[in-house]
Amino acid sequence: MSELLQHYLPLAVFIAVALGLSAALLIAPFIVAYKQPDPEKLSAYECGFNAFDDARMKFDVRFYLVAILFIIFDLEVAFLFPWAVAFGKLGLFGFWSMMVFLAVLTIGFIYEWKKGALEWD
Amino acid sequence: MIPALFFYLFAGICIASALMVIASRNPVHSVLYLILAFVNAAGLFLLLGAEFLAMILVVVYVGAVAVLFLFVVMMLDVDFAELREGFLQYLPVGALVGVIFLAEILLVVGAATIGGGGPRVVVAPIPTDVSNTEAIGLVLYTKYLYFFQAAGVILLVAMIGAIVLTLRHRTGVKRQNIAEQVARTPETAIEVRKVKSGQGLEV
Repeated sequence: MSELLQHYLPLAVFIAVALGLSAALLIAPFIVAYKQPDPEKLSAYECGFNAFDDARMKFDVRFYLVAILFIIFDLEVAFLFPWAVAFGKLGLFGFWSMMVFLAVLTIGFIYEWKKGALEWD
Repeated sequence: MIPALFFYLFAGICIASALMVIASRNPVHSVLYLILAFVNAAGLFLLLGAEFLAMILVVVYVGAVAVLFLFVVMMLDVDFAELREGFLQYLPVGALVGVIFLAEILLVVGAATIGGGGPRVVVAPIPTDVSNTEAIGLVLYTKYLYFFQAAGVILLVAMIGAIVLTLRHRTGVKRQNIAEQVARTPETAIEVRKVKSGQGLEV
């Protein structure tokens, strides 16, 4: 238990250093930076115009399709990790069970390629 | 001592960010707090010794599901000021669900502790010589073959379903056909015609 956690000590040190450094970079400007606030600095500039509406607008649904296809292949890869780790002990049966799994997903991959889901337009 | 410190750190941040998920006004901020909650849950799994679950939580939930949630939030275009007006209206139902869930958790934990640790007998001892990931790999592909293949079929169904539901090809879009472009020869691309004087040429 604690032996396992000792392997993660470098990670904890890394996170601590990252937190310290980013906090220092965030806080330092408040202390040392030259400040002279002015409403004109925040206004739309001379020949610009005020925003028409919210910056958050509806996305095209095609982004969603790309994201969900990414998740599906991500999960497929997640299944590959334990298989690769235990590969030496699994034998032929485990090998072919993964091959069948990959074949099923390859059918889906061929389907989406032929449908043109991987093309943008 | 040190594991307890990290446990309280992860658990505290996890609960605080989970609270911010439902409390923050901007739905995009909610999703970002959700990602923070996922990362801290991964840290809790790591403290339990479940390395594989922790890493999968980071890879799948933080990497993929959170991105999907962000897309959904962006696509829905929710007017959050409008949603907030109905907040109190849904409060009794939400509180009821929360109380039922709390009661169920208390029943489960209470049965485990008051009833002399009944479920603990069922749990097999954790083997120390194989790592977490290897232990899953040893049984998932052989002993639990049907569940594994069912997972593959479910992924296939999800893939096809997503394509059927969201794929719309625009008509009238000119696409580049590289094979056709490369296969052009001077014979198919150029035509030489005699132009008679004074008559012009029909194209």
